[in-house]
Amino acid sequence: MAKSEVKLLGAWPSPFVMRARIALNIKAVEYEFVLETLEPKSPLLLQSNPVYKKIPVLIHADKPICESLIIVQYIDEVWTSAPSILPSDPYDRAIQRFWAAYVDDKLFPTMRGLLTTQGEEARKAVLDQLAEGLALLEEAFGKCSKGKAFFGGDRIGLLDIAFGCMLGWLRATEKISGLKLLHEANTPGLLKWADTFCADAAVKGVMPETEKLVEFSKVIVARMRGAHPPK
Amino acid sequence: MADEIVLLDFWSSMFGMRVRIALAEKGIKYQHKEEDLRNKSELLLKMNPVHKKIPVLIHNGKPVCESLIIVQYIDEVWNDKSPLLPSDPCQRAHARFWADFVDKKVYDASRRVWTRKGEEQEAAKKDFFESFKTLEGELGKKPYFGGETFGFVDISLITFYSWFYVYETFGKFSMEAECPKIIEWVKRCLQKESVAKSLPDQKKVYESVLEWLGRE
Repeated sequence: MAKSEVKLLGAWPSPFVMRARIALNIKAVEYEFVLETLEPKSPLLLQSNPVYKKIPVLIHADKPICESLIIVQYIDEVWTSAPSILPSDPYDRAIQRFWAAYVDDKLFPTMRGLLTTQGEEARKAVLDQLAEGLALLEEAFGKCSKGKAFFGGDRIGLLDIAFGCMLGWLRATEKISGLKLLHEANTPGLLKWADTFCADAAVKGVMPETEKLVEFSKVIVARMRGAHPPK
Repeated sequence: MADEIVLLDFWSSMFGMRVRIALAEKGIKYQHKEEDLRNKSELLLKMNPVHKKIPVLIHNGKPVCESLIIVQYIDEVWNDKSPLLPSDPCQRAHARFWADFVDKKVYDASRRVWTRKGEEQEAAKKDFFESFKTLEGELGKKPYFGGETFGFVDISLITFYSWFYVYETFGKFSMEAECPKIIEWVKRCLQKESVAKSLPDQKKVYESVLEWLGRE
């Protein structure tokens, strides 16, 4: 398939965009990465994702696919000769989808909350929530991996991608807040998995550096708080 | 050995209804367990410890949670008849997108329509109509969101029909007047036995809401 037949609209800091890139890397699909500046949103973005106007958008043979987890599943279903991203058993698929949804609906908003919430009590509440969520994922890792390296077993699967793409921001949040979120005491499985995931060939080139995310976060947090960015 | 299928449910939950429809479409026999949401059973808490919510499908002792995940599971296990998702990957992606849209946009706005007042309610109504207009656009001239056949997106949305009377009464509007194409599509869906027998009566849902509000 010609490179231009597969386009991905995205931006480097977005964990959601990274999900699509990892999936394409696993399938060894050549694609054109179209950098979306987001301010203003490009005509291509507005045209291909009129409902949400958000990245990532995968454009395959001129047909747009939106929403990162939907894109990953689409990639898995189209490029079937390469390693599978979703497990073959329907029950295992349901479990992976459940936890991927949990990452999006619960974990990610809580992580973001840790950066934007002010006030000691409020922050502690967010931190407790995050710790709870990570504990649940540690347990899920034990059950899903069955002693192997990834949630998907021997190879990176849907949940590895869904949660793994949050690691850049998780590490940036650790640096900014001065707190350890993944550690040997509470989340030993996830700690090891995080290193394995980030070192994987499909991930290495697209995981943003923690320092760069820390810098970038100052801009977003300021925007979210409606204040001026700190020097 | 015969399959053991249990559905933990609540009669007026539009999420529980989705699973009922999917099971009916596939002709699957199951045991229906009605939960008291103010006094959740040990079974529910054990089977869905993360969210403690219904619906939960328990298949041979193993729980599946989250209505749209359950519907996809049902479609993948009982894949010999009545496919709920399209076979083409691009169409599947679109089906998942629109079902997800229903969860993200329709549910939130619809809840606010009947729980808020004044300006907040007006804002909720605006979001509500906007999301239904978008859905009308997506439906277009097709008989169902799934095209010629009733499918995943239809299942995800039709269950909200049982709450229309609640939204209309609290929001003081008529769905027929505001979203005529949606009502046309609703009537078509209601002709299906799987839908008709899975949806509770609108007035009963409204009465239960009044009772719930009276208790608060």
